[in-house]
Amino acid sequence: MWKFIVRRVFLAIIIIFLGSFIVYGVLRAMPTSFVEAMARQRAAASATTGGPTYQEWLDQLNESYHMNTNVVSGFLSWFGGVLRGDFGVSWKYGIPVTQKFGETIWYSFLLNIITVFLEVIICIPLGIQAARHQYSGFDYGITVFAMLCISLPTFFLATVLKYAFAVKLGWFDLYGLVGRYHQQLSQGRKVLDIMHHMFLPVLTLAMLNIGGLTRYTRTNMLEVLNADYIRTARAKGLSERVVINRHAFRNTLIPLVSYMSYLIPSLFSGSMITETLYQIPGIGYIAYDAMVAGDLPFTMFYSMFGLILTQISLMLADIMYAVVDPRVRVN
Amino acid sequence: MSENTTNINKEEEQLSLDDGRRVKVLSPGMMVFKRFIRNKLAIVGICTLFFMFAFSFLGGIISPYRQDQVFYKVDKANKEYAGAAVNTEYRFTSATDKPLSTMTRATFNSKVKNAAASEVTFQADGITYLASKVDDNFYVLTVGEEVGSVTVLGKIADVKPAAGVELSKAVTDAAVQAINKNQTSFEAEDCVFTLTKGAAKSYVLHRMSPVGLASMLNFAAYDAQNNDLVASFEFRKECETAMHKGESEFEVDGTVYTLEIEDETNADVLLNGDYVANVSNVIVNSVNVGVFLPIEYKAAAAEAIADKQTSFEYVNADGVTEKHTIQMRGNTYIISTEQETYLIDMYSPPSAKHWLGTDDHGMDVLTRLMYGGRISLLVGFVVMLLENLIGIVIGGISGYFGGWVDTLLMRFVDLFNSIPYYPMMIIAGAIMDSFEVDPYVRLYMMMAIMGIMGWTGVARVVRGQILSLREQDFMVATEATGIAVSRRIFRHLVPNVMPLLIVQATMGLGSIILAEATLSFLGLGIKYPLASWGSIINSSSNIYVMTNCWYLWIPAGLLIVLTVLGFNFVGDGLRDAFDPKMKR
Repeated sequence: MWKFIVRRVFLAIIIIFLGSFIVYGVLRAMPTSFVEAMARQRAAASATTGGPTYQEWLDQLNESYHMNTNVVSGFLSWFGGVLRGDFGVSWKYGIPVTQKFGETIWYSFLLNIITVFLEVIICIPLGIQAARHQYSGFDYGITVFAMLCISLPTFFLATVLKYAFAVKLGWFDLYGLVGRYHQQLSQGRKVLDIMHHMFLPVLTLAMLNIGGLTRYTRTNMLEVLNADYIRTARAKGLSERVVINRHAFRNTLIPLVSYMSYLIPSLFSGSMITETLYQIPGIGYIAYDAMVAGDLPFTMFYSMFGLILTQISLMLADIMYAVVDPRVRVN
Repeated sequence: MSENTTNINKEEEQLSLDDGRRVKVLSPGMMVFKRFIRNKLAIVGICTLFFMFAFSFLGGIISPYRQDQVFYKVDKANKEYAGAAVNTEYRFTSATDKPLSTMTRATFNSKVKNAAASEVTFQADGITYLASKVDDNFYVLTVGEEVGSVTVLGKIADVKPAAGVELSKAVTDAAVQAINKNQTSFEAEDCVFTLTKGAAKSYVLHRMSPVGLASMLNFAAYDAQNNDLVASFEFRKECETAMHKGESEFEVDGTVYTLEIEDETNADVLLNGDYVANVSNVIVNSVNVGVFLPIEYKAAAAEAIADKQTSFEYVNADGVTEKHTIQMRGNTYIISTEQETYLIDMYSPPSAKHWLGTDDHGMDVLTRLMYGGRISLLVGFVVMLLENLIGIVIGGISGYFGGWVDTLLMRFVDLFNSIPYYPMMIIAGAIMDSFEVDPYVRLYMMMAIMGIMGWTGVARVVRGQILSLREQDFMVATEATGIAVSRRIFRHLVPNVMPLLIVQATMGLGSIILAEATLSFLGLGIKYPLASWGSIINSSSNIYVMTNCWYLWIPAGLLIVLTVLGFNFVGDGLRDAFDPKMKR
């Protein structure tokens, strides 16, 4: 087991290294970089005082951002900084990348944790009920609803919700995390204000994710319900409640937990489209802005963050399987 | 009852195994098909997809419009028609044919303007001018001509004419009188004379003659043939003097004109009941080159501005009453009116001509949806094929050979799988933006990138299936008969993976269409003049469009949802049909 974990971690590190190299390579292909714009701006600002010219600024900035080298050595010097915990200063935001990350990640986390909580308490009962009454009208309804949720484009759902609840009904603000008078509110009201603004984004994310988990629960529950030990439990004369709750549901948990282990890292990854549409200052929105602006340090950080999260979730899935299912542990 | 009986009979008939039926049952393709069409949701999905394909591929042919056809409409738009300003500069009129010199005007403006005294003398070009103020808006400029000198000896004043000048008795008497009364100017023979103190006990006598006017008012003739008259010195002088005095008549060259005074800066001049000229301190100009504003219009505008009104009505040459609105902007006024204009027909609501209205470029939304559907579906299929091509080759090789090849390729798959999808696509989109790639090239590039980013799932499925199939007897048989490796993989293994792949591909099509729509929505995908459903919804990021033009973005969104739903239903149905054991 330990040998497996060590190998897995080693592989993960290689993948993270190569993955960020690919992203770096693509990023460096951008012809008009943020650096040029910055140099032009600084040259214009210092033109009156006889400061450095555009070219001098450009050289200086390129030097400090390792942009004057080729892709490989540029990447290596960036990665060297990363190993020392230095992700550089964001070009767009002007503060260290990790500081910006620390400011924004909790908004994403808050958004996602509420969503996941909602998802779990909605999907698992729905999936189990649908499986228990297979081929019933309820089951068909759930299937169609789940499919519909999977098929909804994020941006369309968000726009429709905004149109209905913010524009037509006027219950919520169109954008942002806080209201106009947020600063004047008392502490408790501030929390309520944020919750109020979180409603539509959470609804959007929850609706998008409900379909997948419901179907997954239903499929796995059906599989368990068709198993021999369920027939045995019924044959023993156990009540249906006991059969479902103690025998069937517990076994359904195995695949569900592995599914959840994918969710845990995604709590931090942010949801780019939803955050951007609702202008929630989470990591997804901030990263989107940085990416569009060609902010190399922040984009690199975000991509690496994504790579690390994916690897962690894959490892977690493997480990969780072992935790939940004793048969895996024996092997 | 009878219906039930026949049903039972039918069932009994079906249950009997004759030869024909047995063959049917044994055909696997038929089995799959029968199971598939029994699935209601799958049928709904198939119908939806048929509709979408017909809508996109036939619709574009049927539609009378092109996808980039811009529509125009003739509409009344409030357009700037004229500009007006209250004159704050003096306008000069010369008594002679020669206009007043620039130097004179400049000196007047700097010395006299705003001067408190009612008479100011100033020198320009070596000539001494006297500016007599009639009122703030009106000065008369006069120049003294030396006509003689007066010597005072005790009580006796002796007037001596200058060389070549003859002075009448009246003038000399008046001069003497003036000196006795200690006046510096006097009037005689309709002329003003001044006495300037020269050397001891002597005065220089000047005859003052008006040479010009400086006025803030603007004269305009109603009839072009009166232009010369209205522009003449005499006319202006008499008119303004009369205006200042508040008289209703003045006389020029023996003709008596009537004056209709609105206020001190606005008046009309009439002759025998006909309008001759308009006097105003408001200058009205046309903002459109080549449009001549009639004097009636100018007079009406000037009057409205003087009365501080915000709109006025004017009957134009065709006898139509036009409503003009006046907006103050700084010291100037903008006069605008509704004019017939040829406009791009933007955001027009649904009508018989445009069933779903027009978009922000004035293009027919329904037609754009049809052509956009082509792009969306095309992207879906091309990317799906590309993903499967790469996935089958890499997964097939990996699964068949196993060992280090498998390890290497699977690590490669892991690597591609963990590269964040949207950041990569967004960066790629931004790069293409900065290179200003042609929209068509961009479409192909996007399909290629999406394919390259998405094949790993297929490769995993193929590998996993092949790993289990490889151990089966029929593969041992292929090995024993000495079939080439590539043939073994692609003719015997891959076809067995096909059912699963078809299911995955159908479901995947939905998510590819979603991904393309998302990118296009963000403005990083399909670009104008091409359209895709995502890029059509992009217009809803404009709050105005979102709130007022539902027909621009809701239909496109519904089309995406229905198409993806259709693919998901069909994929689900296919999976159940291929493998009834998996039916859940």
